[in-house]
Amino acid sequence: MTATKAPTEPPVQRTVRRPGDRIFAGSAKGSGIFILIVLAGVAAFLISEALPALTAPADEIPGGEGLTAYIAPLILGTLLGAVLALIVATPLAVGIALFITYYAPRRVAAVLGYVVDLLAAIPSVVYGFWGLAVVAPRMVPFHEWAADNLSFLPFFAGPASTSGRTMFTVGLVLAVMILPIISAISREVFSQAPALHREAALALGATRWEMIRMAVLPYGKSGVIAGAMLGLGRALGETMAVAIILSGGAGATLNLISNSNPSTIASNIALRFPEATGLGVNTLIASGLVLFVITLVVNMLARWVVNRRADFSGAN
Amino acid sequence: MSTETPLAPIGSTSAASPGPVQTQRRLPRFAAAGLFLAGVAVGALLSALTGFSLALTVLYGVVLGTLAVYAVSRQVEGRRKATDRLVTSLVSTAFAIAMVPLLSLVYTVLDRGLARLDASFFTNSMFRVVGEGGGAYHAIVGTVLITALTTLIAVPIGLLTAIYLVEYGTGRLKKAITFFVDVMTGIPSIVAGLFAFALFTLLFGNDVRLGLMGSVALAVLMIPVVVRSCEEVLKLVPNELREAAYALGVPKWRTVVKVVLPTAIAGLGTGITLAVARVIGETAPLLITVGLITGTNFNPFEGRMATLPVFAYYQLTQPGTATQAFIDRAWTAALVLIMLVMGLNVVARLISRLFAPKTGR
Repeated sequence: MTATKAPTEPPVQRTVRRPGDRIFAGSAKGSGIFILIVLAGVAAFLISEALPALTAPADEIPGGEGLTAYIAPLILGTLLGAVLALIVATPLAVGIALFITYYAPRRVAAVLGYVVDLLAAIPSVVYGFWGLAVVAPRMVPFHEWAADNLSFLPFFAGPASTSGRTMFTVGLVLAVMILPIISAISREVFSQAPALHREAALALGATRWEMIRMAVLPYGKSGVIAGAMLGLGRALGETMAVAIILSGGAGATLNLISNSNPSTIASNIALRFPEATGLGVNTLIASGLVLFVITLVVNMLARWVVNRRADFSGAN
Repeated sequence: MSTETPLAPIGSTSAASPGPVQTQRRLPRFAAAGLFLAGVAVGALLSALTGFSLALTVLYGVVLGTLAVYAVSRQVEGRRKATDRLVTSLVSTAFAIAMVPLLSLVYTVLDRGLARLDASFFTNSMFRVVGEGGGAYHAIVGTVLITALTTLIAVPIGLLTAIYLVEYGTGRLKKAITFFVDVMTGIPSIVAGLFAFALFTLLFGNDVRLGLMGSVALAVLMIPVVVRSCEEVLKLVPNELREAAYALGVPKWRTVVKVVLPTAIAGLGTGITLAVARVIGETAPLLITVGLITGTNFNPFEGRMATLPVFAYYQLTQPGTATQAFIDRAWTAALVLIMLVMGLNVVARLISRLFAPKTGR
């Protein structure tokens, strides 16, 4: 009887769940979820501390004209500096990435890439020191020249600052700071351009530039865009360099070369926060919340572009 | 201008080689470099005429040199080759331009920072120092303590998350974590500081300033960096190793701890060291959460602390009566900061070289 019964009940295949496995998997998953909670927490705590400023009557906000009037010039200043940095840095970064991937001798290319990455390692406060001591004084002649010759543009309306501590100088320093970010990502996508396409172009008699234009740039375009947006995110949030270099006024103006530039959100927080009290703190946190939302949107767009490219590239 | 040079070779040079093979006229090997230098020389002359300045010399020189190469190449080699040469010099110039700030910055910091780089800078604090003398001992202690605490918070969370993403993660949760970790990389440092401030204000009331607050703020910045780098490294561990372990009946968690992590240890060490280097120079979050004091505070759970970047910032922007002494200390602090970051970068490279898995047979 027992012998005939055994085959009718096949041995149940059951995966063994050991406690060690459960604890380990649980803690791994737990820290993943914890990160999501932290990100939600950043938003939640900022909102809860910004709330008093959002609901306070307009005349109690620093400046006396309400929250919008306080933050709007700061947003303008933030965008102005970051966009200027982006305009300067993107073409340079693409050039650097092309130089390292397709022009420099293969042997030194890795070293050159490492050297450019060193730019990213330098702390932002040191960039601030350098911008204040070296860049700002050197830019004064350009400021004067621009005020004399380019004053028909609203960006160079003048009068030129005599110290050089203007939004224009800030934009240049920010450009240096975001160069390594944009060039690192551009370098990666450029080097991934399909070798067959490149070799086909060369075999058809294309010059090196024609090969790059036909096989590399179309492939790397979205990577460059994504890198530029990540750089933009970094430039928007950059604090110390701006706080040290810029001698900002309060006015909302597009003028890049005068002493009355609007400050940026981040540098305004850094400068005011240590001495702020009461509602002043809440106002600064509210402006921080605005900055958080702006950078979040920019970064999400950038990541979306990167991920979309990964789906279509067929590289995997 | 004869733009069709390669198609219709000038003169009788094509007589020697009839047939489908085209003779392209090319510039001699060093002609381009020579032309470029000639352009630079003319540029230098030009700037000397209008009052010499180094920046203008370089500017005129590069522009004229590039134009000279382009013009001659276009005459001799044709439009396509000339464009190629133009782009080559543009791209090389872009790289050269990027080197200028790096060299200038390193030179400036060395030049101004070496003045106070002496033993007393590392042994004295600013306690009761109002003029010359003093040092950054208290700030270095603070930076080391806060960074160590940050690492203690960020590395377990970051590493475990990376393990989850590579070994366990599936479906939507994995996608969400990957996406938001990427997004988190872009949080401005000052916002992380505000988060820590808001968190601790809600927990402990107003005007609280702790070393721990700074660590929490820095951890928010460091966790995504750790996750990203550890994830990349863990992905590189060959699947055969895991399968071999499973085949021997090793539980999954022991496979991860005993097989996957030791294989990836070099990369993990490098990634974590670089993440430390990334946060050690952060100023803004510490400025608003930890503040600054002149004495040495060894307890990150009690009161304000001094940190190197914040120390440097205040020495430069709020100098006391002996202005030059403060500015000197600021630059030396910046120099020490750069040396710390560069040192960590070198250590990271050494780790990846020394602990690399042995691939030889």
